[in-house]
Amino acid sequence: MGEPALNQTSGCPSGLSPATETENRADPAAFVRTDKQGRESIELLVQGAKCAACIRKIEGGLLAMPGVADARLNLSTGRLSVAWAPGALQARQVTEALGKLGYNASAFDPEAAKQQTDEEGRRLLRYLAVSGFAAMNIMTFSLPVWTGHGEMGEGTRTLLHWVSAIIAVPAGLYAAQPFFKSAWSALRVRRANMDVPISLAVLLTIGISISETLQQGEHAYFDGIVMLLFFLLIGRYLDHRLRERARTAARDLLALQSVSASRVEANGHVTSIPAREINVGDRLQLAAGDRAPVDGLIEEGVSELDCSMLTGETLPQPARPGGAIHAGAINLTQRVIMRASARVQDSTVAELARLIETGEQSRAKFVRLADKAAQLYVPVVHSLAALTFLAWMFGPALLRFVGLEVVDVGFRAALLNAVAVLIITCPCALGLAVPAVQVVATGRLFKRGVLVKSGDALERLAQVDVVVFDKTGTLTLGKPKLVSLVDVETLQAAAALARTSRHPLSRALVEAAGPGVAEKGVREIPGEGLEAEIDGVILRLGRRSFAAPNASDVTDGSAELWFALEGEAPTRFAFTDALRQDATETIAALRKRGIAVELISGDRPVAVESAARAAGIDAWVGAAAPGDKVARLNALRAQGKKPLMVGDGLNDAAALAAAHASASPGTALEASQAASDIVIQGAGLLPLVEAIDVAKAARKRAVENLQFSALYNLIAAPAAAAGFLTPLIAALAMSGSSLVVTLNALRLQLEGRSWTS
Amino acid sequence: MDIMIFLIPAAVLMGAIGLAAFFWSLRSGQYEDLEGAAHRILIDED
Repeated sequence: MGEPALNQTSGCPSGLSPATETENRADPAAFVRTDKQGRESIELLVQGAKCAACIRKIEGGLLAMPGVADARLNLSTGRLSVAWAPGALQARQVTEALGKLGYNASAFDPEAAKQQTDEEGRRLLRYLAVSGFAAMNIMTFSLPVWTGHGEMGEGTRTLLHWVSAIIAVPAGLYAAQPFFKSAWSALRVRRANMDVPISLAVLLTIGISISETLQQGEHAYFDGIVMLLFFLLIGRYLDHRLRERARTAARDLLALQSVSASRVEANGHVTSIPAREINVGDRLQLAAGDRAPVDGLIEEGVSELDCSMLTGETLPQPARPGGAIHAGAINLTQRVIMRASARVQDSTVAELARLIETGEQSRAKFVRLADKAAQLYVPVVHSLAALTFLAWMFGPALLRFVGLEVVDVGFRAALLNAVAVLIITCPCALGLAVPAVQVVATGRLFKRGVLVKSGDALERLAQVDVVVFDKTGTLTLGKPKLVSLVDVETLQAAAALARTSRHPLSRALVEAAGPGVAEKGVREIPGEGLEAEIDGVILRLGRRSFAAPNASDVTDGSAELWFALEGEAPTRFAFTDALRQDATETIAALRKRGIAVELISGDRPVAVESAARAAGIDAWVGAAAPGDKVARLNALRAQGKKPLMVGDGLNDAAALAAAHASASPGTALEASQAASDIVIQGAGLLPLVEAIDVAKAARKRAVENLQFSALYNLIAAPAAAAGFLTPLIAALAMSGSSLVVTLNALRLQLEGRSWTS
Repeated sequence: MDIMIFLIPAAVLMGAIGLAAFFWSLRSGQYEDLEGAAHRILIDED
């Protein structure tokens, strides 16, 4: 088996694998609310539930608890809602019961859960349904018109056109609303987007079809309008789904991080509150292992802080009364009381927030592939339609002028041909071409644990030619690992002491020693180490000045613990922040693809150099401040490179925002995840390589689709301008081209699966 | 062709019924948990 993988997901099959440790979890009591029936209820996010047995085990197990009235698990989203009679049990008992069943659960902020209801998605689905059903229904009346060519009487044809109009006009005007709104808001700021020609085509087509029907004409495009809207809405809905899924998944990841705090009230009681309710001046209790939710000052207690998320520095910092503590720092050894000096939303360092903002502004200049196509497309199509009208209107007169015998076709025929150009070139395939590809690509990555936040993130990822890694917590696991070779007996003796402590170095020591018993009567001296007395002999484990004051200093830059039995020579344990298991492989894979790799970290240069050497990176920078990282990325961009920044800490957030594309591991802080384009769940970095591969393949497919759309328009537009278009040809061309681009997008699902080899 | 007087309303009505059924299923939350529904069928109620 070996050592268990980090971030191991628990749960299925039927909760047989162990749940990951839950000790640092926020108290769910802060998120209990009262529902309509007066019951207390809570929304939980359950990890690892995958099958029918899981549903049964979770729901059955909870309903068997006295007082529980309702338990319902949504397997698609992993949300579990539990309701119980008021006062019947504590919220903590629910999560504990789930933990015993083998599933990890964390409370969900009810506010966030309420925002969950995806209003826009439902509205799009309604538009889609209306246009879809209308298209099917009108087909019933269009088919006789198409096939009964010549045999059908003019009266019957007009009747069928009128019935089509009754369905198509309201359905079309209703379902086209998203396009009308978007086109209107673009026109108001004197811009044109893809929705302007769509809206224009819909309105003109409805108008011309009604006028044709009134004049008992042959061609009415009622079927075309709704079918066009149906295909366009599919593209719109897919695009929305992609964004929504990434948004929900990103929020779920954040729900796993500490979102509640323990507030010490004036009477000395400790209550659990959601982190966003912390006010300036609140006294907060931080137990060992808790993460500081806001900035503040330490009032009571002496401990050590893990600030690696903030600075990249792996060694713990001392914490004493009067000292500052920043949001994101983890309290390591002893309980401390802090006084909040900022609210949650104000707790990111102001300078960092400013850096993130400027970075995002530069990224906003990126133009999406589909928009680039639209910028070309709109003027060409509109001038073509205008030319068609002018040519049919005034062409015959001009030809007569040079002496040819031509008859005028009149205003009506000229307008009909111009509208035909607008209908046939309406960007059906163009609207689907890019979203379909992006949905397939992100769906594939999602299954591999890679969240892609948006479609343009995927486009930017495909252009990456330099990857800049952060060290602590990104390239490395962000926790120390024992590297000294020590005999088993000494290791076990030291581990017996270390088992009583939560200090990261103690933990690393215990992990190296394996399971065993903890020594009794161990005292922990904050900032110094551990001490125990066994049979009159004093054992000490801790910093050099505490455990082995006479030993000579070893300066190789690594974290260390000294262990000494009274009267014997002390032993030194050296630790290093171990690389992620697949870090070297990932970097080699990136190199193979011709992508340069750099390492830039806030940690000490010694530590950065050894990590760079181990991972096979030549270009590295140590002791870099957040501003230095941003400067490096800007320098790369100035050289015309497209850098991808990979980082996890608060000190990386600004760099993530400044880079061309950015990624962060699922363990990263909220600010970093928010600034990133993609988030990688799980312990490995290799999914990053797959993400780049898939992004490149997706770009290729999208370009192919756009080329196909261009080709289609090159053939169809002149035909329409020449007056060859009939409603039947329009219907075939539209559905045919949409089908082709969708099938081409699906190819992405099949190819390039052997990326691991 | 008098039969058209019945056929056309019948066709429109059937379409309307289909659309109404879709809206009902959307509103009653049948698309909320597609994966769960596939698995729940396997659970014995005892």
